[in-house]
Amino acid sequence: MANFFSDNKDLQFHLGHPAMRKIVELKERGFALKDRYELAPQDFDDAMDNYRRVLEIAGEVCGEVIAPNAEGVDHEGPRVENDHVVYAAGTSRNIEAITKAGLGGMTLPYEYDGLNFPLVCFVMANEMVARADAGFENIWGLQDCAETLNEFASEDIKRLFLPLVSAGATCAMDLTEPDAGSDLGAVMLKATYDEKSDRWLLNGVKRFITNGDGDVSLVLARTEEGTADARGLSMLVHDKRDGGVKVRRIENKLGIKGSPTCELVFTNAPARLVGDRKMGLIKYVMSLMNAARLGIGAQSVGLCEAAYREALKYAREREQFGKPIIRFAAVSEMLSNMKAKLQGARALLYETTRFVETYKQYTHISHERSLEPEERQQMKFYTRLADGFTPLVKLFSSEYANQLAYDAVQIHGGSGFMKDYPCERLYRDARIMNIYEGTSQLQVVAAINAVTKGTFLEQIKEYEAADYSEAMCAVKSKLVELRIKFEEMVARVESLDKEHPGFKDFHARRLVETAGHIIITYLLARQAGESSEYVDSAQIFCKLAEGKIGEAYTYVMHSTGEDVALFKKVEGEECC
Amino acid sequence: MKKQLKIVVLAKQVPDTRNVGKDAMTPEGTVNRAALPAIFNPEDLNALEAALFLKDETEGATVHILTMGPPRAADIIRDAVFRGADGGYLLTDRKFAGADTLATSYALSCALRKIQPDLIVAGRQAIDGDTAQVGPQVAEKLGLPQVTYAEEILEIKDESLVVKRRLEHGVEVVECPIPMVMTVNASAAECRPKNARRVMKFKNAMTPSEIAAAPDSAAAKMAAEKPYLQIFEWSAADVDPDENQLGLLGSPTKVKKIENVVFQAKEAKKLTGDDKQIEELMVELIASHTLG
Repeated sequence: MANFFSDNKDLQFHLGHPAMRKIVELKERGFALKDRYELAPQDFDDAMDNYRRVLEIAGEVCGEVIAPNAEGVDHEGPRVENDHVVYAAGTSRNIEAITKAGLGGMTLPYEYDGLNFPLVCFVMANEMVARADAGFENIWGLQDCAETLNEFASEDIKRLFLPLVSAGATCAMDLTEPDAGSDLGAVMLKATYDEKSDRWLLNGVKRFITNGDGDVSLVLARTEEGTADARGLSMLVHDKRDGGVKVRRIENKLGIKGSPTCELVFTNAPARLVGDRKMGLIKYVMSLMNAARLGIGAQSVGLCEAAYREALKYAREREQFGKPIIRFAAVSEMLSNMKAKLQGARALLYETTRFVETYKQYTHISHERSLEPEERQQMKFYTRLADGFTPLVKLFSSEYANQLAYDAVQIHGGSGFMKDYPCERLYRDARIMNIYEGTSQLQVVAAINAVTKGTFLEQIKEYEAADYSEAMCAVKSKLVELRIKFEEMVARVESLDKEHPGFKDFHARRLVETAGHIIITYLLARQAGESSEYVDSAQIFCKLAEGKIGEAYTYVMHSTGEDVALFKKVEGEECC
Repeated sequence: MKKQLKIVVLAKQVPDTRNVGKDAMTPEGTVNRAALPAIFNPEDLNALEAALFLKDETEGATVHILTMGPPRAADIIRDAVFRGADGGYLLTDRKFAGADTLATSYALSCALRKIQPDLIVAGRQAIDGDTAQVGPQVAEKLGLPQVTYAEEILEIKDESLVVKRRLEHGVEVVECPIPMVMTVNASAAECRPKNARRVMKFKNAMTPSEIAAAPDSAAAKMAAEKPYLQIFEWSAADVDPDENQLGLLGSPTKVKKIENVVFQAKEAKKLTGDDKQIEELMVELIASHTLG
């Protein structure tokens, strides 16, 4: 019996993180919910027992149903019939199994039939689903759209839609259009209020919509006639059963083929307004995007896990020159690095999730009662950390997903290039992860503030002030050196940026990645103090970090203001 | 279906013989139960799915598990409840110990007389004994018609079920009136997963013995308070049996000798099928004690 939770000690370690005690208490409102809701736990241990049991169910569905279906789904893919999506047979079986397992509405409150689980558990389930089939993670993981409804929609809308998601309805977020990709301010889909039906009617076209034919869609639309920028956009929610949306075509993609990427035509499709008008892009899409970025973080780490396991298995089985190839230094080095990156990305993923969870819970509580000054301060503190760490985790994990998939194919040699092994699918599936929900380049733009405003540095100093085990002494000293280098780099970039505008943008990725490498190494070093399982990965990751930071340091410290112009010259190149 | 179906699934907790390691057998050649995890017999899960399918499809149907075994067999009742069953009966008593298929089916039939179900569903066979006898024996003892090797329920009629049977050389579609016994094949639909909400609601379901073993635990207190968390537990006396037909006493099967057969051949052999080759093969198999 394959179980993607039981077989993964690293996941179980993160579920047992000490910060969970506080998170669970916030989520369960000090265990006061048990008198009102049958499913609410009695205490912390009871809650943790629920999480473990339910994650085991998720692990079993992933190992026994979704993973075995992945190859067939990749081969068959979805299709359009009568203006609607028909999933691959395996996808339908996956949806049936995961719905029967009662895994919908994992984080939603009990009053909307949710499980009221911490975000950490949902991210773990997402990660396992992605390990089984990255494309299916898109379909299932989009239920996090419901969190945006829970946060901003009216009580009436919540009562209508959230129980649907708890019962297994799938979601979509309809944002992009043919002329509005990364630049969502250019969205043109029109929403007109119809007094008679008390609904907004949607008209226009959306493109590249993941699971576009899902049961519940959040649609970004222009409610303010005559506007052309972000301030005219609102968020609306559409129920598929109300009709008015046709799937015109499904994209033919390189990877995640089981996930239907749709072009949608809206013709007087009725929808309800979520929250306030004109706040669609400014507020709600930002919330959706942050959740989605964490989702891609989970998807990427799940893919890393799959790639590492495939590579390890093959390297142990494949014999050349009379021994398994894992016994060749070149291969064992690759595998060691893969494992360190996998565990490092996961450490960053759950650290970020805990930050997001904490500030979100304070936000929810602030709607129920006024927060104490100390709570308000905590909420601000964790919001700031979450804003910096979310793009960081998206950046690192999605790049690692690509690197690990690449290395997995490499370890398989010629066989990896054939369709016979799953690693070729992983390689194709990974390629979108550092593109969608904001490219890596855009994650750098989102994270650079945390460099220049000192959020990362402050948090690095927090980590630095903690105690580390003896085995981590050398790593810790190295990290102090690297932090000093990071500060030198930031100082140089900020000072040169004043004379040479664009200098900071030019080096932004180097700075963000340097912070990230230091942070991840600290997280692994901290884990190594709690479990000897992480000592090797912490040491190995520290070497990777040292190499990467050394390279970035040399580049930045030798870079002059003229570099900005030098790298802009390509703009004048003629296309032939 | 005219009436509200009362369904009982016969299930057994078995050692997991599918992934046997080197400790799986004792030196005496019996199953080393300590070395193998105890699991829900796989085909009984197919039977449970068939029962839950009927529960989904018909108004007011109930599904209960009946299992005979040691106290820890309550685990599979909880497992079934997590997947959608309404509850279960654990038949447990030292007097049941050492039962062969005859004594097992006798004890089960005594309990079933008390429960009076409309439909009894069982897995075709258990992976520890592989006899496939208990289901049919129960039917005989209760005087009920039986459908064995069931793969799919094709139609639910007012007083009967139309069932597809998977046989060695094909399939057969039969209609059988209820009450009846049905044994289900591994080729039938796989059992649905455990449901998160049911696990959270029923995880403290317990037998009276389990509650008595730790009366002060929070879980036991909760189980004692809420009727839906109570698993029925019956001893021999509760099912009114002829005690001579129970356990070892009621089991005519005697194990004469157990032998470990180790296959020597490493590679496949291809035979053309002429008489001489077949004769040589027979001699070889008899000499190696594979046959005879």
